[in-house]
Amino acid sequence: MANPRITSNGYASNEHLVEVRGLRKYFPVLRGVVTQRVVGWVKAVDDVSFFIRRGETLGLVGESGCGKTTTGRCILQLDRATEGEVLFEDQDLTRMADAELRPLRRRMQIVFQDPYSSLNPRMTIGQIIGEPIRVHRMAETDRDCRDRVAELLRVVGLSPIMAERYPHELSGGQRQRVGIARALALEPRFIVCDEPVSALDVSIQAQIINLLEDLQERFSLTYLFIAHDLSVVRHISDRIAVMYLGKVVEIASRAEVYENPLHPYTRALLSAVPVPDPAAEAQRERLVLKGEVPSPVNPPSGCVFHPRCPIAVEECSRAVPELTEVKPDHWVACPRV
Amino acid sequence: MAALLEVRNVRTYFHTSHGVVKAVDGVSFDVREGETAALVGESGCGKTMTALSIIRLVPKPQGSIVGGEIHFEGRNLLTLSEPEIRQIRGADIAMIFQEPMTSLNPVLTIGRQITETLEAHGLSSKEEARERASELLRLVGIPDPDRRLSDYPHQLSGGMRQRVMIAIALSCNPKLILADEPTTALDVTIQAQILELMGQLSRKFGVALMIITHNLGVVARYADRVRVMYAGKIIESASAQEIYRNPRHPYTLGLLRSVPRLDQPRKAKLDPIKGQPPDLWSLPQGCSFAPRCKFAVEKCAQEAPPLREVGNGHLSACWVAETLPR
Repeated sequence: MANPRITSNGYASNEHLVEVRGLRKYFPVLRGVVTQRVVGWVKAVDDVSFFIRRGETLGLVGESGCGKTTTGRCILQLDRATEGEVLFEDQDLTRMADAELRPLRRRMQIVFQDPYSSLNPRMTIGQIIGEPIRVHRMAETDRDCRDRVAELLRVVGLSPIMAERYPHELSGGQRQRVGIARALALEPRFIVCDEPVSALDVSIQAQIINLLEDLQERFSLTYLFIAHDLSVVRHISDRIAVMYLGKVVEIASRAEVYENPLHPYTRALLSAVPVPDPAAEAQRERLVLKGEVPSPVNPPSGCVFHPRCPIAVEECSRAVPELTEVKPDHWVACPRV
Repeated sequence: MAALLEVRNVRTYFHTSHGVVKAVDGVSFDVREGETAALVGESGCGKTMTALSIIRLVPKPQGSIVGGEIHFEGRNLLTLSEPEIRQIRGADIAMIFQEPMTSLNPVLTIGRQITETLEAHGLSSKEEARERASELLRLVGIPDPDRRLSDYPHQLSGGMRQRVMIAIALSCNPKLILADEPTTALDVTIQAQILELMGQLSRKFGVALMIITHNLGVVARYADRVRVMYAGKIIESASAQEIYRNPRHPYTLGLLRSVPRLDQPRKAKLDPIKGQPPDLWSLPQGCSFAPRCKFAVEKCAQEAPPLREVGNGHLSACWVAETLPR
């Protein structure tokens, strides 16, 4: 039995809270007005496997269309997988009906990207945060519910008087805090944070990231942190999984991914992130990828990255590379590294 | 030698139900020929409105430019008639907007949108315009340009559409391009491509670029000069090297400290600026940043600091600029 791992927040655990095995999510492409036939499939998530240890933060990065949001949604069963398994505390969620899932949903929550569209504009902040409490009957009386909402507002750094306000009266950063309070309402173990700071101004982003880290420590939370901003992901994650066109191309610890990236896509992605320092920028290696991300309806054969890959050979267009552990705890899907 | 663009004390105000919003409040700066200047700040600081003021596209009737001068190649743009400014807009001064999907007309082909600009400025006949459009698409790196001319915007990816915007901006040989968040809506690897392209084209054709953004990283890589805006004013101005190595305003310092950096060891905690930007219709007396400022002294709440020289070509609007930590 391997030694228990100490994660950044001091929580020691080797237990896999979440495990994803062979996950596939294909969306049908339909043609026709009166009758519709399937003419193709958008392979949004195409055979993805990874695990998340209790207490850690797994960062899931990639550019638009790579499948990271769909992966997060499939884990929570907001979208149902086409194939594969999602284990939460050793139970396979994909085999469960909605009624069976409902009590488990208390333990897994989500914070959405857009603080403007993820809050119902016709409900007060108090109603928004109180809704999950009521639905899951977590409070005995109205009074208890209001007290809990006030406490949650304080926890996320907002004044309890905000409960009376409507979303349009709050700033983006404040709304995102409300989204976080709502996610915490049921005392979850696991939270999927789907680009929680992308829509916010830079100076507010830092506040929210600090808040998420504090809450993780305080409530022993496990996070799947989905983002495209590599600097932010590096800050908050223990391990990072990199996705491209529906596949995971690399998974490793934070230190390994940033200091020793192996997959050519990861290296190009890191090279593309500008650093706020002209002196440092002048010295960096620049790996500018040619071409565009192909459509997930028609992904390239073999390794999906091969058309844009600087080190691809003919074999790469034929064989789909397996995610292999090339160093302890460092997995890469590329036979050429 | 006079600069290509000289902005002097421009004020653009909006009349709203809350009161007067001072979106741009006494902004002055120069852009030299061929230079890449960056205007940096967060939402609501006035950077987009500054660009729109230069080409006189401030939304009417709520907004209007109430004061100042904008000299372009010696002419004051604010005193020109509507037909005169229309000749300059899109030709000598071009603008690239933030969202490529909403800036391109969805019911016109790409080809038509480029040739329309060329024909409007009387630069080409119809046949010549089509050839030129194809040439421009090739210049901005779009493969198979002749075929692409008949495509509609929705058939192109975000990166491609932004390249089309750049092609349109370049079509009439501008001297200055205003690029408002040109890459924010794009993925990081495409951002890198687009910025490299803009840099190359700027050098090749001697076009001055004014990049408006909130991304400090983009600015570091591509700008010669950086100006930081807050609540409608420029609060710091310096070369790109200077502003990162030696920021002399608490807001700039705060921004740089709150952003996680890829090239530095991971800090345990980010150092965010507390509070939020002020409402532009009820600015505090004195320095607008004072309520959030770690270094504020009594004078800050009473009198707004002027933008003054604190180093060689380095300007800062801060009473305590000299004593800030490095």
